[in-house]
Amino acid sequence: MTTVAPERTEQAQETWKGQNVPRKEDRRLVQGQGVFVDDVKRHGMGYLHFVRSPYAHAHIASIDVSKAEEHPAVYGTLTGEEVAALTDPFFQISSAPGANVKDYALAVGKVRYVGEPIVAVVAETREAARDASELVEIEYEPLDAITDARHARDDGVPTIHEDAGGNLMWEGVYEWGDLDAAFAEADKVVKIDELHFHRFNSTPLECDGALVEYNRGVGQWTIHTNNQFPGFAAIMMGPAMRVGLDKLRFVTQDIGGGFGNKITSHPQLVACCLLARKLNRPVQWTEWRTDFHLSMSHGNERWFLETEVAVKSDGTLLGFRTKALDDAGAYLRYEPLGGVIWAQVTPGMYKWQHIRLEFTQVATNKAPVSPNRGYSRMQHLWFTERVIDIVAHELDLDPVEVRKRNYIKAEDMPYTTPNGCVYDSGDYAKMLDIALDLVDYRGLAGRRAEAAARGRLLGLGIGSTLDSGTNNFGQSRLINPELQFSGNNEVATVKLDIFGEIVVTLGTTPQGQSHETTAAQVVADILKCSIDDVHVRAGHDSYWNSHAGFSGTYASQFAVTGLGAVKGATEMLRDQILTLAGAVFGGVPPEALELADGGVRMRENHEAFLPFMACGAIINANNAGLPEDLDVTLNCRYVYRPPFEVPDVERKYGNLTLTYASQVHVAVIEVDPETGYYDIVDYAAVDDCGRRINPQIVEGQVMGATAQALGAATHEQFVYDEDGNLLTPNFYDYHVPHALDMPPLQTGYVESPSPFTSLGTKGMGEGGGAGIHAVCAAVQDALREHGGAVVWDSCNPYHRVWEMLNDPAKGARVQVTGVGSTEPAKSGGAGSAGPESGTDA
Amino acid sequence: MTTSAVPTERTISVTVNGTTYEREVEARKLLIHFIRDDLDLTGSHIGCDTGNCGACSVIVDGTLVKSCMMLAVQADGARVETVEGLAAGEELSKLQQAFTAHHALQCGYCTPGMLMSATALLRANPSPSDEEIKKALQGNICRCTGYWNIFEAVKAAAE
Repeated sequence: MTTVAPERTEQAQETWKGQNVPRKEDRRLVQGQGVFVDDVKRHGMGYLHFVRSPYAHAHIASIDVSKAEEHPAVYGTLTGEEVAALTDPFFQISSAPGANVKDYALAVGKVRYVGEPIVAVVAETREAARDASELVEIEYEPLDAITDARHARDDGVPTIHEDAGGNLMWEGVYEWGDLDAAFAEADKVVKIDELHFHRFNSTPLECDGALVEYNRGVGQWTIHTNNQFPGFAAIMMGPAMRVGLDKLRFVTQDIGGGFGNKITSHPQLVACCLLARKLNRPVQWTEWRTDFHLSMSHGNERWFLETEVAVKSDGTLLGFRTKALDDAGAYLRYEPLGGVIWAQVTPGMYKWQHIRLEFTQVATNKAPVSPNRGYSRMQHLWFTERVIDIVAHELDLDPVEVRKRNYIKAEDMPYTTPNGCVYDSGDYAKMLDIALDLVDYRGLAGRRAEAAARGRLLGLGIGSTLDSGTNNFGQSRLINPELQFSGNNEVATVKLDIFGEIVVTLGTTPQGQSHETTAAQVVADILKCSIDDVHVRAGHDSYWNSHAGFSGTYASQFAVTGLGAVKGATEMLRDQILTLAGAVFGGVPPEALELADGGVRMRENHEAFLPFMACGAIINANNAGLPEDLDVTLNCRYVYRPPFEVPDVERKYGNLTLTYASQVHVAVIEVDPETGYYDIVDYAAVDDCGRRINPQIVEGQVMGATAQALGAATHEQFVYDEDGNLLTPNFYDYHVPHALDMPPLQTGYVESPSPFTSLGTKGMGEGGGAGIHAVCAAVQDALREHGGAVVWDSCNPYHRVWEMLNDPAKGARVQVTGVGSTEPAKSGGAGSAGPESGTDA
Repeated sequence: MTTSAVPTERTISVTVNGTTYEREVEARKLLIHFIRDDLDLTGSHIGCDTGNCGACSVIVDGTLVKSCMMLAVQADGARVETVEGLAAGEELSKLQQAFTAHHALQCGYCTPGMLMSATALLRANPSPSDEEIKKALQGNICRCTGYWNIFEAVKAAAE
């Protein structure tokens, strides 16, 4: 791949950090020797299959499992009635009315979406479990379904959760600055009727799963799983199952992709736990692909209604107000946190000072939403990028110039946003320049003409976005002031064993993020050894006490929290080695010693050398005669805790994440005006995640996130009919990008070290949303001379482009109001300067 | 459940990576479940129910197949190659090495199937064009990498 390298902020040094070392994970994975959850087997285990609802909304009149239980290969079943007796509803994050939702491991009394688990059947084989599931008899009394969030609160609409008293789950008003003053100062007000961010998710190739064993003697479950946030699963499951968290041991090794979608498998894990105890045998559950699509972790679908943007004639953005309507689906599994997570990036990359956003989240009879790569920020940043391009389009300004005029500048970093978030570092204009160079922006006018000569409409679109990482969980109090969460943490343990082995244990649950490799790079630099000497344990095991409340792999944070913990623990170990060696050398102060070549030596006399092997052996197995007060274990546990304050709940003000990585993507597309079909002919992705521990791994994350964005922008949609049937429940109907779909890609980077993190790193990996923004902008640009439709949806498959080509009114309805005058919506193609003219001049 | 006189189980003999296994299997058992569950060769994976994803790709008598699209009984007497057979002892194949060198894998879940598809390609066409590489891999879904580095790895292994 092409990688452009602007100047580094510091001279590269002889270190492991910053190098493209091969991944430690790869040797087992390329040989099929990884251990994924479905690879874990136990003698006598039973296979679990869920009986799922065919209705989007129905009362359950009766359930009869007797015929299934008579099946010779069946070990047993579990129903919602049993679940309701054995467990309490899951803890709800929301304040009222969402707080009143009752959510269990299986449907109790009612089903609320197609695919909702109702009964679990466990049998000797996968096939027998499916056979027996068909013998479960359930009588339903169907109810009307609501699938359109915009009508969830209309009169006469069925109520999904009676306990919540309606379909409103959560609402809150966010306002900062002085909106009246901003709109009074504006030369123009751009009004956008409706924008829609569609429902999709990252569809990790491995579906969810677990193998659960119950140890009756000690009352502990061992949950081999691919859940990517065991800390969250534990606090959901423990109270529901009425046990302390020590009774829930989570074990993971290799996870086949997660992308946030594997955070909320706790209901299924509870069903596995109850059955492992009830049947007194290990229970194995592997989700089928169709089940995943039907029921697991759809990304947040969001509408932006009645948007108004205050802008000066020169494109200076003053402020905006909008109503965000979020479709949570049938249950609040991680929601309504999406109702505040967006606020991490309130003004996007821009200097907007005056912002009002009314956030409403409703329930619908669709699968529950849960975090999906870019969670909630992606939706909001898509909105801010749509606004930029619509403003530029309507005011005949150059989208490049509008961005540059309004981007927060490098010299203003660290920059405090109107809601108190502190953007740590970055140079957005420079990133844009790099991206534009990569797609030959200067030659755009010529290429546009050349494409036109071939009957193609060429369009260029920019997506600028932020990947805020390392959450301050205190933001949850903006959703529910009674919550007692704040800050963040991660744990690492680094020890020196008897034969000098350096062993690292992480609290994280990587799913491809290469933690074993990057952790080893950090350790090797501190201990002055090779990464080959560093053994990083694969996976997570809560039995090892190597985790904390927020442990897991999610929300762009490992490079800060995980590696911060690794650095802290390794520095402790280094200091202990120096202390030990000082004692062994007969009272030499640690300052007179240094680590080198896999051991410790005197700075002034390299012959006085103690290898790590000797250090490990002395402490672990040969410690007689050591000074009594020698405080050395060579087994160092460090908890990294980022510097956060609890946000001001009244003002909804405070720093919500520690780092703000940034991405600028540019897409060039060619549209066939006859059919709406388009090709991405050029694509550039520029990323700034601060100091890069392993550039190749960073680039890999950028590529993967980009591919997911391109899939979402062009094809991927969870589409429901009005009865609540999912029309895209597998990879036939839900088209993810294949090899032949991939456009040419060029990547670039800027390194703006974070001043707030111990390694200068920023969490990253979730900036791919920029691809969605860029494709939307490119489509709108291509159509500009051909009807001028304004793109209103985040997914633009060919038929939608064709519709907009044939009827520009199918695009967003936009109105521009000048001072004292109202202009009708533009139809585009007015013959005025196109987007490229501003920079070509 | 089944009342007909048609036997639902059959003994089959399959040679996988050079070792011959004789097992009694249900007639409806998929080849991938036979490989993973009965033979405990868990390198080949399952990513969909519909034959789209290619995570279960193996080579049967020299032909690349998705082993979720084939019954175990259909493989009776066949010679099957899976990812576990690619390396020669400790020596990784050229493709396996190239996948590491080019960071062509992240979570590693699609990788075994991807490697088998690429192995089949390079056997049939040792010097594929970029387009031929893409076509050969179009039946394998990867959700982590965006494929770009996989193309580079296959190209490097071909050269």
